[in-house]
Formats: sequence, structure tokens, C-alpha cells
Amino acid sequence: MLEIKNLHAEVDGKAILKGIDLNINKGEVHAIMGPNGSGKSTLANVLAGRDDYEVTEGGILFDGKDISELEPEERAGEGIFLAFQYPVEIPGVTNTTFLKEALNAQRRYRGEEELDGMEFVKMIRGKTKELGIKDDMLKRAVNVGFSGGEKKRNDILQMAVLNPKLAVLDETDSGLDIDALKVVAEGVNKLRAENNAILVITHYQRLLNYIVPDQVHVLSNGKIRRSGGKELALELEEKGYADYSGEAA
Amino acid sequence: MAATQETVEQVQSLEMDKYKYGFVTEIESEKAPKGLSEDTVRFISAKKNEPEWLLEWRLKAYRLWLTMPEPKWGKLEIPEIDYQDSYYYSSPKSMEDRPQSLDEVDPELLRTYEKLGIPIKEQEVLAGVAVDYVFDSVSVATTFREQLKEVGVIFCPISEAIQEYPELVKKYLGSVVPAGDNKHACLNSAVFTDGSFVYIPKGVRCPMELSTYFRINELNTGQFERTLIVADEGSYVSYLEGCTAPQRDENQLHAAVVELVTMDDAEIKYSTVQNWYPGDEDGKGGIYNFVTKRGICKGKNSKISWTQVETGSAITWKYPSCILQGDNSVGEFYSVAITNGRQQADTGTKMIHLGKNTTSRIISKGISAGKSQNTYRGLVRVAAKAEGARNFTQCDSLLVGETCGAHTVPYIESKNRSARLEHEATTSKISEDQLFYCRQRGISEEDAVGLVVNGFCREVLQELPMEFAVEAQQLVKISLEGSVG
Ligand SMILES: Nc1ncnc2c1ncn2[C@@H]1O[C@H](COP(=O)(O)OP(=O)(O)OP(=O)(O)O)[C@@H](O)[C@H]1O
Ligand SMILES: [Mg+2]
Repeated sequence: MLEIKNLHAEVDGKAILKGIDLNINKGEVHAIMGPNGSGKSTLANVLAGRDDYEVTEGGILFDGKDISELEPEERAGEGIFLAFQYPVEIPGVTNTTFLKEALNAQRRYRGEEELDGMEFVKMIRGKTKELGIKDDMLKRAVNVGFSGGEKKRNDILQMAVLNPKLAVLDETDSGLDIDALKVVAEGVNKLRAENNAILVITHYQRLLNYIVPDQVHVLSNGKIRRSGGKELALELEEKGYADYSGEAA
Repeated sequence: MAATQETVEQVQSLEMDKYKYGFVTEIESEKAPKGLSEDTVRFISAKKNEPEWLLEWRLKAYRLWLTMPEPKWGKLEIPEIDYQDSYYYSSPKSMEDRPQSLDEVDPELLRTYEKLGIPIKEQEVLAGVAVDYVFDSVSVATTFREQLKEVGVIFCPISEAIQEYPELVKKYLGSVVPAGDNKHACLNSAVFTDGSFVYIPKGVRCPMELSTYFRINELNTGQFERTLIVADEGSYVSYLEGCTAPQRDENQLHAAVVELVTMDDAEIKYSTVQNWYPGDEDGKGGIYNFVTKRGICKGKNSKISWTQVETGSAITWKYPSCILQGDNSVGEFYSVAITNGRQQADTGTKMIHLGKNTTSRIISKGISAGKSQNTYRGLVRVAAKAEGARNFTQCDSLLVGETCGAHTVPYIESKNRSARLEHEATTSKISEDQLFYCRQRGISEEDAVGLVVNGFCREVLQELPMEFAVEAQQLVKISLEGSVG
């Protein structure tokens, strides 16, 4: 589903990703761990097509299609979803309005029929119920006045509504209490299916108890230094990244 | 005629046609001779078959106008206006003998309004909204008049009110905005042609929204409309004005005056969706919108609420104001002003607290994009006797891009120590993070800007009557097209 080959990327002329290779198949969950500043969020942003991130070498195939020239909204339409490390506030725009705009924009992109108000409300009520999110959250402006944990939960709600093929979760677990963590994990596990893939970026192996990954990768200084099964996460938690940080690219 | 044809072709050849009201109606018109003089004033007055007192009133205004300087205090670059290069009266020929019913209205005019999305009909689209249609210098139709009359509400062109209700007009015309208020209002007093007159009798809650739709069509023609709304004791009315004009290379002047009067316990809610042609990207053409709007809360417990969504015009100079004379009266001003391209807007309000325990509330949202300049200018004045006056002002500016300007100029004058005045102001930029967040969810950049800006304006937009809120949201979005990317 996702094939990243020798990906190099820079921000403001500074090289940050220095040759990433990563394959994620349908139905798989991968986790990326790594020290602060190693390039995890950069990778997520590059996947999502953020403007200031320039791919200088290598490429990304999604579902066999080269997406490197696509706009962020087109990639979203293709089925790439990014849960942000720092979700953004949009004053005056209710969650309902936002989600409806987003969902229908994606449906238009894919040549699908747009949902009308009634259908949408029915669908979204189902999702909030599943995730144990209160309906009054839908009437509030996107992330405005939300606590850190609520913002993350809101991103998971968006994910559930948009039902992406590939979800990239950038530290969605940080700052969450144990109940919220379970909600997030539940949301992810619900999405987890034969046709979907998930990439989890995290610092804590705790999340991986709930979302059990097929593979764990260590990203350090812009490159994947090691890959392994879920036990790698435990090892990292114990030993830290000292073994990986020394290697300059 | 030839010149008009040329314009039509030019307009049609424009690829970018985001101003969808920019077409011209080919219609024969009757005009006053070009230019401005006492004769022009007499011509207009004669056309309207006005009583002597009104002609005198106009002539007095005209003579005063000659002596008045252009107002200079706005943060606006206004090219010198050649007042002799314009027509001050233009009426479709077919309006010469006033059509008595909608069936008699020129089909070309009917088509025009159909195209503008506000068909002249008493059913379907705008059921529940009575509309006065003003085309250049005349009102071409007013719907639902009979139904309104049944409850005593007068809603008619002001030119007709002068004939039918001369005492009412004489009593209130110029009582809120005197001719000498400022040069633009003075010009209007001399040459005003049409506009709407509304009277709501005691204790009547007007059963439908009233609305006037202004259309400038003729080349080199100014529009000088005059609106007067009087709400008698305990009455209520909600009124909305809309406006559009063809896309032309020449600037056109629109100098309107609106006067509102509320008696004890009465309320007027006045909304504007202003979408005059703004000129092209390089600042060529567009309407000069120099408007004086003022209301007086004469009676106790009365209320005047202005809501405006200003998206059009090359230059906007406009300060809808409230004189809070009655004790416990309330004035409100909710404003969204969007400028893009080379547009300039200097707009805001004046809240003059005279009575005791008077309250005012100002919410202003300015959005600037392109190379535009957008200024909020507001005055809150509390007179010595206005015990217990309160004001809350919030001015938020949003910048889209790097080449535009936003300015906030609040004036506060308080002569009473018990006054409580609060002022909050913010300036922010539409953030890359917000746009990326939206785009990551599938929303295009242009739609994302529309969404974020609509969110920014929400407090104001939700003040609009339901029937127009959706349209206004669309307008907000459209007027920012091309501002990013
Ligand atoms: N816009 C930018 N301009 C300059 N440097 C940047 C920019 N964005 C990211 N960087 C740098 O790129 C490097 C990688 O940042 P990134 O956010 O990808 O790290 P991360 O692995 O997600 O870290 P964390 O675990 O703290 O979230 C950092 O050194 C960061 O300072
Ligand atoms: Mg990060």
C-alpha cells in the first residue's frame, strides 16, 4: 500500500530525511519510534504533502501510484490521513461543519455522491457513540478550548468519519490519560482492517500494548536505523536510543 | 449606446468572471443632462413631481454642497471625483408611465432580476420577504405591498411616499442625517432619486422581512438613494438591503443616506449585504460607496441594530451609527468588511450615548487580502447626562497574505464617570497551519480560506436574517477567491 523509497527531504534548505525506505502492506500496523528531532513529524508531513517540505530524492508510491506531485487535499482524497502532533484550532467553525466539508470534499474527489445533512448527522452520531465522544463536542468550534487530550480524541473522530486507507498518527498518545488512550486505541483498532494500514509515531511503548504493531522502526537522524517486531519497542524503552544516535548520515 | 455595447463585449471577454453580477441590461433609458447644477436638481424634482418644499430643501442642500470640503479623515486614497462627468438621474424608459402591476413591468427588467437571483415575484424564491426593486434612479416594483397595508405597514418607494404621505416624510426626512452632515450626504440630499420608505405603526410587528435591492446599470451614472424607516411605539421591523452593479472600467458613485427612527419600545434591525462591483485586480473600475447611515433611538427602551456584510465596492466609506437618546435604548453594530485586490474600506460606527442606561455593542470583523487596505474606525461618545452608559467593542482583523493592511482606529469620548466602556482588538493572520489542517482533511485551499474566514465572521453572520445568511456565507467565500496560492 505504501512504498517509500530512498526518501530525502528538506525544510528551509535543511536536509532532514536522509534516505528512508519503508513498506507498509494492507492490513498492517507499523510503529516508528525515535529521539526528538529525528524527523518523525517531518516524514508525516512529507507523506501528507505539506508545502514547505521539499522532496529532493526518492519517492512515495501509494496504492501503486506516485503521489509526490499531488496537493495535500488530493492525497487526503486518495485516502491518507494524518492525526497531528499538535491539532490546530479553527475558531467559529463547528466540528460538524468541518467534518461535513471535509468528507464531502473527499467524496467529490473520488467521484462519489455527497452526503446530505440527514445522512451525515446519522453517520456521525454513530461514530461518536462508538468512540464514547459526547455529541455536544460536535457543536463546538474545531479544537477551540479543547484540552490536549480532547484535541487528540477529536482527531480520532475525524479519522473514524473519513475512514482513510492509511492513517498516520503522530504522537496521538502523548498527553493522554489512560481512558483517552483506550479511546484512541479503540478508534485505531476499529479502523484496522484488511484494506487499511496504520503508521503510529510514538515515544511510548505503552500505546503499543493497545495497538499491537506488526513492525517497529527506529528513526534516527533522518534514517531508519533498525526494524523489528513489537519486542523492539520494549528494548528501546529500556535502553534508549543511544545505540542509534551516533551514526551521522 | 455604442459605448455600452463595447463594455458588454469587454465584460464577456473576461475570462475570470468571479463577479457574477457584472452584466449590463440593454435597456433604453431616460436621463438628466450630464453634470450637476441647480438645473439638475430641478430636473430630478420635476421628474418626481415633487412639492415645492422639497425642491427648496434640495436646492438648499445643493448650495451648501458647493461650499463643503470632501471629508478627508478616512484612511483612503480617493481620486478626485469629477462631479460634472456623471449622470444624476437615469430611469428605464418603460418606467415613464409607472406600471400599475407586476405584469406591466418591462420584461427586460424582469429578466435582469431573474438573472440576479431575486426574481420580481410574490411567490416561490422569496416568499416571506417583501422587496423594493430600485434600478438606477427609480423603483421598478415593490412586492407584497397590499398584504403589508392590511396590518398598517407602509412599504413603498420614497418618491411615492412623498406624494402619498407628505407629512410623515416632511417630519422625518433629514431629521437624523441633516443635509449639511457631510459632503456626500449633502449631495444625496440635493439629488436623491429613489429608495424605500417604511413606516411601522404602533404595536405592529412587521409580518415579513422587508428588503430593497439596489442595482446600478447605466454607465457613468451615480446612484443616490434615500431610505427612511420609522418604527412607531412598540413596533418591530427587520429590513435588508442588497446591491450589485455591472463590471465596468469607470468608477461610479453611490452616495446613499439611510435614516432610522425608533420610538418607545420599538426595534429596527437593519442588515446590508453590499456587493457592488469592486473593480478588477489592478484597481480599475468599481463603485465608490460613500454612504451615511444613522439611526436615532428616540424613545425609551428602543433598539437599533445594524448588521453589515461589506464585500464589494472599490472604496467603502461608511459608518452606520446610533444616537441613543431614549433611556435604556440599545445600539448594535455587527460588521464584516472584506477587501481583496485593490479595494479600500474605511468603515465602522458611531455610538452616541445621550440617554440614561444606554447600551451599545460593536463587533467588527475586518478581513484584508490581496493589496487591499481595511480600516475600522469607530467612535463611542458618552454625554455628561448619560448615566450608566455601557459599551462593548470588539474589533478583530484577519490578514490573508503579506501585501494587505488592516487598521483599527477607535475613538472614545466619555463625559460621564459612571460609563463602562470595554474595548478589545486583535489582529491575526490566516495561518498556514490552519490551511494545511483543512487541506489534509481534503478541503481545497480556496475552500479552506472560505471556511476559516466564515468561522472568523460567524458572530456577525449569525445576526443576519436566516433567508440571507447562507447567501452571505457564499459571498464571503467568493470575494476571497484568488487571494491565496
Ligand atoms: N520548518 C522548519 N525549519 C527548520 N527546521 C525544521 C523545520 N521543521 C522541522 N525542522 C527540524 O527538523 C528536525 C526534525 O523535526 P521533526 O519535527 O520531524 O522531529 P520529530 O522526530 O517529530 O521530533 P519530536 O519527537 O520532538 O516530535 C528538527 O531538527 C527540527 O528542528
Ligand atoms: Mg514530532
